[in-house]
Amino acid sequence: MARRRVVVVGGGLAGLSATMKLAELGLDVDLVSLTPVRRSHSVCAQGGINSVNHLTRQLGDAEWKHFDDTVYGGDFLQHQPPVKEMTEWAPRIIDLMDRLGVTFNRTPEGFRDQRRFGGTLYARTAFAGATTGQQLLYALDEQVRRWEVAGHVRKFEFWDYLGPMLDDHGVCRGCVAQDMVTMEIRALPADALVIASGGCGLVFGRSTMSMACNGSAASRTYQAGVWYANGEFIQVHPTAIPGADKLRLMSESARGEGGRVWVPRRPQDPRPPQQIPEHERYYFLEERYPKYGNLVPRDIATREIFNVCTREGLSVEKDRLCVYLDVSHLPAELLDRKLGGILEIYEKFQGVDPRRTAMKIFPAVHYSMGGLWVDYERSGNGGLRIGSPRNHQTNIARIFAVGECDYQYHGANRLGANSLLSCIFSGLIVGPSVAAAIDAGDDRVAGSAASLAERSVYAHQSRYHALLARDRGSENPYLLHQELGKVMTRAATVVRHNDDLDRAYAEVLELEARAARCALSDTGQWTNQNVVFTRALLDMFPLAKTILKGARARDECRGAHFKPESALPEVTATDPAERLRQAQAWCDRFEANNAQWLKTTIASLSPDGEPQLTYQEVDTSIIPPRPRLYGVVGGELIEKVWNQRQTQREAAVVPG
Amino acid sequence: MSTTPHSDGWPAGASSPPRRTFDVVVLRQDGPGRESYWERHRVEHEPDMNVISVLQKIAAQARTAEGKPVAPVAWECNCLEEVCGACTMVVNGRVRQACTALVDRLLAERPGEIELRPMSKFPVIRDLVVDRSRMFETLKKIQAWLPVDSYYDMGPGPRQSQESQQLAYTLSKCMTCGCCLEVCPQFLKIELAHKPGETDAAFEARQREAFRRGFLGAFAIAQIDLFNTNPIGQMNAHERLDALIAEGGVQVCGNAQNCVKVCPKQIPLTTSIARAGRAATFHVLRKWFDR
Repeated sequence: MARRRVVVVGGGLAGLSATMKLAELGLDVDLVSLTPVRRSHSVCAQGGINSVNHLTRQLGDAEWKHFDDTVYGGDFLQHQPPVKEMTEWAPRIIDLMDRLGVTFNRTPEGFRDQRRFGGTLYARTAFAGATTGQQLLYALDEQVRRWEVAGHVRKFEFWDYLGPMLDDHGVCRGCVAQDMVTMEIRALPADALVIASGGCGLVFGRSTMSMACNGSAASRTYQAGVWYANGEFIQVHPTAIPGADKLRLMSESARGEGGRVWVPRRPQDPRPPQQIPEHERYYFLEERYPKYGNLVPRDIATREIFNVCTREGLSVEKDRLCVYLDVSHLPAELLDRKLGGILEIYEKFQGVDPRRTAMKIFPAVHYSMGGLWVDYERSGNGGLRIGSPRNHQTNIARIFAVGECDYQYHGANRLGANSLLSCIFSGLIVGPSVAAAIDAGDDRVAGSAASLAERSVYAHQSRYHALLARDRGSENPYLLHQELGKVMTRAATVVRHNDDLDRAYAEVLELEARAARCALSDTGQWTNQNVVFTRALLDMFPLAKTILKGARARDECRGAHFKPESALPEVTATDPAERLRQAQAWCDRFEANNAQWLKTTIASLSPDGEPQLTYQEVDTSIIPPRPRLYGVVGGELIEKVWNQRQTQREAAVVPG
Repeated sequence: MSTTPHSDGWPAGASSPPRRTFDVVVLRQDGPGRESYWERHRVEHEPDMNVISVLQKIAAQARTAEGKPVAPVAWECNCLEEVCGACTMVVNGRVRQACTALVDRLLAERPGEIELRPMSKFPVIRDLVVDRSRMFETLKKIQAWLPVDSYYDMGPGPRQSQESQQLAYTLSKCMTCGCCLEVCPQFLKIELAHKPGETDAAFEARQREAFRRGFLGAFAIAQIDLFNTNPIGQMNAHERLDALIAEGGVQVCGNAQNCVKVCPKQIPLTTSIARAGRAATFHVLRKWFDR
């Protein structure tokens, strides 16, 4: 058999695990990445990676519970078979990473140590110091280097993926990419293409994501005809350090140890925080949620911080939204012992000691739950049939997507420490599916392979040269990017209102039109970062429009997508009969809402660049959807009513 | 470009009072083998700036302090959290990551201006972008990976004491940034040029060979230490020790001890070098006795 060659785009956890597995299966890989793969965004993940383990199992944990936590956390929007399969693989994936040399923290007896993370009752999270993502990435990078030395992997680092090559039958036959040093545009012919390009945080301007997370590879694949699913689901982390260049995570443990969130009652009070007396401080979380205080659930904290700055105008600074997160009242000994690591991060990047003065924080875009649409094949036991060519294949034959750029595992909201797992899992299982798809398909390129490559390169060269020729435009791409980020952050992050979304859509269209008049300040042919940035900016607009349109259409609250107009009325009455009626009504609305909206949003781009939305049923056949009631007023009663209904239903199905 | 910065709707006020500015002088170079030259940029001061945000501003302005339109300064970055190693450069004479180089601190050190230069031990690609592929080639030479049988389920890895995990984690935080090489008197720049008529493949092979013969550097010696103390890595430790005693091996180290002082991850590089030196000596003796 002829050698089979695959192009993998992206060298984070998903791209590297796919590459090493493909190589092990005997396929050759061309690995394309904007950065040297060892510098990919996965290095930023701090917390850890989830799996059921020996210890939690004996405390009553099981793969099923990890599965349940994940779909419940995701508000039931993900197809269940892939999630079930992922949680079953999780313990084996940690074992594999352990064998590959990941320096997981150890117990005194020498076993892997685990910590507890949000959304679960069990200590499932294995971790390596405060840089688990970096350690996992390095282990995979090392294995890929081994395959590179063995001649099975060629790396194209500092190369920009420009788009797939589709033959006359619409089957993918590789891709076109550009060397960002020499600016050479080249066809990379292959039997299949795997997109593993990560999230699209840069569509929101600044986020917790790295500079390579511009969404361009996903957007270019989307523009070539692959569907984009659940784009409107964007996870926002409540506490990040707003920097002039990026937003860096501040762990929630700061609040866990007694940190207090506040703003000055006088808008933009110019005094340093420590000089503002207690009665002039507004501890808005403590005042509004006396029961939970600063430890309200993550989404509520995010919304309140956002609202106090945007709607109430109480941001600490005028030009930049932020609130105070204050630990300066806590004993220095406690801070050093329990929060030393994270306080150092703040000090390193802000140059201010948080032990003495309040930190400035604000929510930040953190993760894209949505992404390229991919298929799967369900097995007899409700998991995946491993080795099916359908797993992680998109709607275009021989284009696959894995990792954060696919939409598969996290539904409407991702649980902490599940992203590293989904990236490695999808990368590993895509190997056998790619091999199967190539083996089952036709080797012959419809039309001529040579002319396909020539045609594709020519098309991308034309676009590139047209961009370079724009030396007399009037718009600055860097400033337009900032404006796009502002519009998207205001309208499509924490709280979404239909009027804001409509306005934002119009503004994005206008920015897109202006971006077509971008001037390049560098028209040279050597390491031209200006043209690469401008092209990435142009490719942000299809994603931005898809996110906005999906959010505008989805008139409900689910996971990270919160629309106050569509929120279900809470149980607020005092009269018991009325309370019961309200709880009944809540459950009726919940069911009606699921009937309408428990669906995957699927976007495809029409020729004029407009996203067209359709909806697909979600496979929730294994764990029936139930309400997420954490923090809902009257939640206990709603839960009681809901459980009664379920019991009655089960009784009706199985009489006697 | 026909407009001045901030003239197209971005709210940075024509009406607001004049802001404090500072100068950034950058050692630029248009491409490999070209002359380098200094260029002065003027940047408005903002709170919480680091060198990355300064370079972002310079890119958006695309004109010098004198107002001359120029191409944006090229530089490399990714994570901006000092874990990826990409944005390493020489800031005010000190090699470090640009993301943790805070403007207010730099201006306190040297009022009025910040100086940016590319690393000097690697070939300049353009401006502040250098070619560090030699470091990744070195990782191949020293076989910086664990030779596992397969990626199938074979159960967990070996148990490990907390002490050995701590050491391994410290060594494994190396982000291949190159700071230790920049300050090493023995690590010398290798920059080759295409010969007339030479194919890309032939050039790359010649370059690989030159890299292979050059000094490994502190980072690679610490990586050998990491893999050779791992229970699985020990199984082929002798192969890494071969690289350690080959041309460009640990014997080249002149014990200047600069490396450990600049490592942004505080990796105990000199301790690794000492350990590697002993291991290399034993390895040479063992080879000699086994003949």
